[in-house]
Amino acid sequence: MTPPASEFAMTDVAATALAASTTGAAAGRRKRWLRRYLLPALGGGVIIAWALAALLAPFLSPYAPDTVNVAGRLAEPDFAHWLGTDELGRDVLTRIIYGARTSLAVGFTVVLIGGAAGTLVGAVAAFTRGWTEEILMRATDLMFCFPPIILAMAIAAALGIGTRNTVIAMLVVWWPKFARLARSLVLGQRSLEYVAAARTIGFSPTHILFRQILPNAVGPLVVLITLDLGNAILVFAGLSFLGLGVIPPTPEWGSMVSEGRELVSQWWVATFPGLAILTVVIGFNFVGDGLRDWLDPHARRR
Amino acid sequence: MLRYIASRLLIAAAMVLLATLIIFLIANTVPGDPVLTQLGDVAANNPAIVEAYRHKWGLDLPMWDRYWIFLQGLTHGDLGLSISSQRPVIEDIAQYAPATIELSTVAFLLSLLLGLPLGVLAAMKRDSWIDHVARFISLTGVSAPTFWLAFIMLAVFYGWLGWAPGPGQIGSDQFPPPEVTGFMLIDAPLAGQWDTFWDAIAHLVLPSIVLASSTMGLITRTTRAAMLEALSQDYIRVARAKGLLRRVIMLHHALPNALLPVVTLGGLAYAQLLTGTVLTETIFSWPGLGRYTFQSAVILDFPAIMGITLVVAIVYVIVNLVVDVSYAMLDPRVMRR
Repeated sequence: MTPPASEFAMTDVAATALAASTTGAAAGRRKRWLRRYLLPALGGGVIIAWALAALLAPFLSPYAPDTVNVAGRLAEPDFAHWLGTDELGRDVLTRIIYGARTSLAVGFTVVLIGGAAGTLVGAVAAFTRGWTEEILMRATDLMFCFPPIILAMAIAAALGIGTRNTVIAMLVVWWPKFARLARSLVLGQRSLEYVAAARTIGFSPTHILFRQILPNAVGPLVVLITLDLGNAILVFAGLSFLGLGVIPPTPEWGSMVSEGRELVSQWWVATFPGLAILTVVIGFNFVGDGLRDWLDPHARRR
Repeated sequence: MLRYIASRLLIAAAMVLLATLIIFLIANTVPGDPVLTQLGDVAANNPAIVEAYRHKWGLDLPMWDRYWIFLQGLTHGDLGLSISSQRPVIEDIAQYAPATIELSTVAFLLSLLLGLPLGVLAAMKRDSWIDHVARFISLTGVSAPTFWLAFIMLAVFYGWLGWAPGPGQIGSDQFPPPEVTGFMLIDAPLAGQWDTFWDAIAHLVLPSIVLASSTMGLITRTTRAAMLEALSQDYIRVARAKGLLRRVIMLHHALPNALLPVVTLGGLAYAQLLTGTVLTETIFSWPGLGRYTFQSAVILDFPAIMGITLVVAIVYVIVNLVVDVSYAMLDPRVMRR
């Protein structure tokens, strides 16, 4: 006997309802996923775009960054000069593209070297304990008494102006926060069982610290590095704005804003380099913020 | 508690002394020569002038003698003479500090007023559009270069729309009130100059917004994270099970517990505002410590730089102490430990 038609209809309805609800849930999940990863993805895209622009600078623009053209000075943005020209008739867009090289290079140099040095100090302090730790961490505390920009300013002014000296000045003030973070991370790891196991096997302390503990503690460090890249670019641009960064005519975003700060009616000279800084720094902050949410067990539980 | 504060103060004093030593070492081991920067080319080529100049400022003495002289002066509140202004550094600092304190206090209140509610809202409506808008606003605030934001603000609201006054603490048509406290917002009403008072308020708007932008972002992010942390605790589940109103749970159960990390950050942020005004003050021609620091750093006026470092280190130490004490007051568990 064939089952009544209604039963068929019922299972059919149930099936479609089930299907609808699963696709609905999938769509919801996709939506939430999209919302959560939209900003980090956007940030990553912006950074990649700037990195490519920095690498390919000579191929992207028909102009050179420091060709002076007094006849065409302060030209409004048009098809020949998309973002206008500055007081010396140099193409603003070209200088911005070349400026990405300085900003990204300085940002990565400061954060990677400063971060490595700070991590080393903090990790060694936490791993050895005792007097070494006391001395290393008091030195770190001491550096926190100085506001970074004032100390960097004093050092940069004293060493003389130039990108290399400014980077050195920034490195002096950059490592302490990494030292504090690395110390707390290593302290959290060193009492765990796998460290005791590694000791029992007979691994050397250096091996345990660098090959066992640090790789396990790397997450928060990566977050700090990402967020800090934007920060380093901001500080360097600020020092350049004050005239303590690059030597003119090197194209650099902070000093470009400074060159255009009096030109209110020629707004494009200062506005676009500033936008360049803003987008790069936002990019790193979006990525870093996303990484932090993703690594944070509290945030991922839901 | 008193013993705790006393021991903290002792350590802090030692740190401040060490900080001056470090700045002193930097000042004396770097290749830059202050004499050349300050005298100009013509005078610097004349050995007699250079010699006299070095002798006058004690630059011909051995390094440790000069540090000893600095320390001796310190014991009776003397920070030495500023090379550029030819006045005692302590007088310079006393003159410029009020403007900076005024500006950074207004900026701090502004960022608290906006950042706290935004952070709480973002945590309550987690993953909603409010959360994402709050994230966008705070991250943009943190990312915007101060000096560029200042330029845009001035260009739009002063140059183009004419809604806000230009740079400076008061307009050129106003007379500064007789100095009593040094604070414009206190001295002007004291002298009955209400026009000057309102003019000073109007001049505060743009620089304080610029200065507040990044602090507001930080406070929003920290408040959100701390609220989320508090909301995941067991006592919140208990409160929910009791059937309490959501509003009561948020404001009376979660928020007080979420405030601890915000207090820590708030204290540090205020100290940073006080000292981080260099760029904002330079652009807004604000007669404060930030601009003074920049001017001193550029010409290698080391007595002034050392004085500022000392003041800054003291501010940091005091703020840290206040943070620790308010921590103990907000969370009774800290005291019992």
